[in-house]
Amino acid sequence: MKRHLISTADLSRDDAILILDTAEEMARVADRPIKKLPTLRGRTVVNLFFEDSTRTRISFEAAAKRLSADVINFSAKGSSVSKGESLKDTALTLQAMGADAVVVRHHASGAPHRLATSGWLNGSVINAGDGTHEHPTQALLDAFTMRRHLAGAADGGPVHHRGPGDGTGRDLDGRRITIVGDVLHSRVARSNVQLLHTLGAQVTLVAPPTLLPIGVGSWPCEVSYDLDAVIPKSDAVMMLRVQRERMNAAFFPTEREYSRRYGLDGLRMARMPEHAIVMHPGPMNRGMEISADVADSHRSTIVEQVANGVSVRMAVMYLLLGGAVLPDTDAPIRNASEESK
Amino acid sequence: MMSKILIRGAQVLGGEPQDVLVDGEYVEAVGADLPVPDGAAVVEAAGLILLPGLVDLHTHLREPGREDSETVLTGTRAAARGGYTAVHAMANTFPVADTAGVVEQVWRLGRESGYCDVQPVGAVTVGLEGKQLAELGAMHESAAGVMVFSDDGICVDDAVMMRRALEYVKAFDGVIAQHAQEPRLTEGAQMNEGVVSAELGLGGWPAVAEESVIARDVLLAAHVGSRVHICHLSTAGSVEIVRWAKSKGWNVTAEVTPHHLLLTDELVRSYDPVYKVNPPLRTETDVLALREALADGTIDCVATDHAPHPHEDKDCEWAAAAMGMVGLETALSVVQHTMVDTGLLDWAGVADRMSWRPAVIGRLGGHGRPIAAGEPANLTLLDPAHRAPVDPADFASRSRNSPYRGRELPGRVTHTFLRGRATVVDGELA
Amino acid sequence: MDTSNTAGSAPRPVLEAPDIQRVLTRIAHEIVERARGADDVVLLGIPTRGVHLARRLSGKLRDITGRKQPVGSLDITMYRDDLRMGPARALGPTDIPADGIDGRLVVLVDDVLFSGRTIRAALDALNDIGRPRAVQLAVLVDRGHRELPIRADYVGKNLPTSLRETVKVQLTEEDGRDAVLLGDKATTPAGEQ
Repeated sequence: MKRHLISTADLSRDDAILILDTAEEMARVADRPIKKLPTLRGRTVVNLFFEDSTRTRISFEAAAKRLSADVINFSAKGSSVSKGESLKDTALTLQAMGADAVVVRHHASGAPHRLATSGWLNGSVINAGDGTHEHPTQALLDAFTMRRHLAGAADGGPVHHRGPGDGTGRDLDGRRITIVGDVLHSRVARSNVQLLHTLGAQVTLVAPPTLLPIGVGSWPCEVSYDLDAVIPKSDAVMMLRVQRERMNAAFFPTEREYSRRYGLDGLRMARMPEHAIVMHPGPMNRGMEISADVADSHRSTIVEQVANGVSVRMAVMYLLLGGAVLPDTDAPIRNASEESK
Repeated sequence: MMSKILIRGAQVLGGEPQDVLVDGEYVEAVGADLPVPDGAAVVEAAGLILLPGLVDLHTHLREPGREDSETVLTGTRAAARGGYTAVHAMANTFPVADTAGVVEQVWRLGRESGYCDVQPVGAVTVGLEGKQLAELGAMHESAAGVMVFSDDGICVDDAVMMRRALEYVKAFDGVIAQHAQEPRLTEGAQMNEGVVSAELGLGGWPAVAEESVIARDVLLAAHVGSRVHICHLSTAGSVEIVRWAKSKGWNVTAEVTPHHLLLTDELVRSYDPVYKVNPPLRTETDVLALREALADGTIDCVATDHAPHPHEDKDCEWAAAAMGMVGLETALSVVQHTMVDTGLLDWAGVADRMSWRPAVIGRLGGHGRPIAAGEPANLTLLDPAHRAPVDPADFASRSRNSPYRGRELPGRVTHTFLRGRATVVDGELA
Repeated sequence: MDTSNTAGSAPRPVLEAPDIQRVLTRIAHEIVERARGADDVVLLGIPTRGVHLARRLSGKLRDITGRKQPVGSLDITMYRDDLRMGPARALGPTDIPADGIDGRLVVLVDDVLFSGRTIRAALDALNDIGRPRAVQLAVLVDRGHRELPIRADYVGKNLPTSLRETVKVQLTEEDGRDAVLLGDKATTPAGEQ
């Protein structure tokens, strides 16, 4: 593991599985009377949010608190940031406050990368979503959710599991994952394509051509414009949020047409394989990319994804902060059997 | 009192070693084993290349208005260090160089600096706003004698405005230098649109946004019988359009920047805004096409697009950073590295692309002349064997935003002479 | 002291497979005896080898009492006091039996008792999971050198050691053979203790 989590492209298969397996252990904490571990006692985690995202922020906050870290929320709204303080000055402030980790959400692609590489601060940087670049913890929680549902069978075949711990130690080899919607503007899609590919899944992106980036051909995935052709061959279908404002920039003609061609409704869902699941990173536009009956169906993992988000973020924080502060190298993870007694 | 200078044993345009005697502002003699006149200073130039003083068609000197990033004085000192004896100062200052008053001020500051001639470029439209033609005639008739007009930084995207400007400057043989960037196609654009932008999630700047404007403008220039100059051409497609226009015999010229001859959008993966520039760094295919086009003359000249920015404008996240790179002090090294050391261009070719042709395009007297008796002594001596990592801390420019920091480049300007007076001696400002 | 044994010698077994079988049987009997039938015993092994030992003890308790005793695992990594002394550690599984530990007699099982710090961490971890009636400790080997006021209730073998020596437990489930090896720090591969 590197010292920062900026992009899922930085994760090897072993790194990714380690995070997911660690998250399975973290998930058990949620079932205990005392949902807290002493592991990060005395460590300070700063949630640095230049963009409003209450859901992501509280997920990180809950994760840090369950690990006993001190959490400081630094929101751009009403702070000196909105008065024109530069990213650099903000970082220097956090450095002076002794932040061991900075969870950063920023509207500019690459801002977390700059924080991690510019020498402005020493702590670990965790990307909580940057512009239209990446959102690695979202992809990890998506993969975690998929693995529980799809990687549990003894023969490795897809089955409809819902048991915690299912799939531990496994990847997503051969699972067919379809990601539908505004790929062009989606950091979730970018992180998922990289991570799912690393984990052995076959990813297909489905979108109107206007909402796919030029250069998508070099991504490790398939691309289709035809949702109906892909649906029956999907183990999981992930619907991306499509902002209605995109319509004004001529990315698609009308909501109705978008919904008809690229939305997931009950009829389309019925043509998915028996075991297949429906995912959405939220927040949803019900009636736009996903119909209400699909969102609320037994196939939907949308609520589960939120719960899994806390476990995955605990795992990431533990693996980045749980040990000594290390130079920015791929430090080996010590095995449990090598401990002193 | 100007004494005589004997430059001894220099390879003139990379040829056989010769001596060049400078007397006052002019070259007095060129030949083998010239005698040393009494009291003449001798510059030992064995192993050095002698070029005509370089001419830049595209420099941002920032004065007036942004003296925190560069002034005419610091910019011309940087130019001298880079081997330049004349630079064209772009019009996007504060206030904009759209009146005779502003261009005369810049021209006078250049004269006062003494390091390098400054030829102001006038704005095409008032305030670079694209709405009303600036007083092109008045700027031409001013002491600055403006011949090149450009809204550089902003595209003259209105086809009628461009047509009128092209037509209007015919009256005095002026030229419109177009910054080709279709504005709607580049809204929110941050880098070249392609494989890298898709991965990085940075707004894409498609090649077609440049090419479509160039295509329109060469057609317009042909239609009205005027000449058009294309600034910082950056794509293989643009090369094809210019090549086609030239094959028709149309009066089209084009420039390429040193950075577009060397750097690619792969560098943006670092998210380091030192690589943020307009037009953006393109792909390796584009770089190779640009080199080939410069070699075969499709692209007429190298222009630096020297764009100084204060540290804080680059020490931030990519989207918030200013666009541009300094280039005056590294241009010749980059051209040696990409064109000469690769065998694409000889030193006579470098003299053509970096001195003679830019002077012709800008109708600039006294510069871009042959190295011969009776010509103005605007000369540059280069040590092509020198190799060192670029250290922006060593720059004469007030700004340090060089994309070559730490990169080893060949060549070093040892001497620059502006009308017989040394502005650079042994690599240092005189 | 025998100094003729040079530093390059291989680790030597101090318990072989039959010895391990025998001491585990004895510990199982002691648990039944001291826990008066062991009806409320929950065995929690500390990963990695403590879990295998706990499972074996559970089998032996069933042989003795005819009942199946709940068995699970308790990973203590996140309660360690030395986390900051190295890179982050991979977690072992924590698997608490479905009926929990409240009001039960929890027997912690580990392979080697040394400084006592692992057991301290295990007690902290237990505290966050529930409130047992009592907690006892079973270890295969007690090698001494305690750094905390902790002792085992059931000990397979007391093995006086020097700090320069290492004790390595091998179990069939993990290592392909059963043995307890005593070696020299200098000659033992990294990771053993």
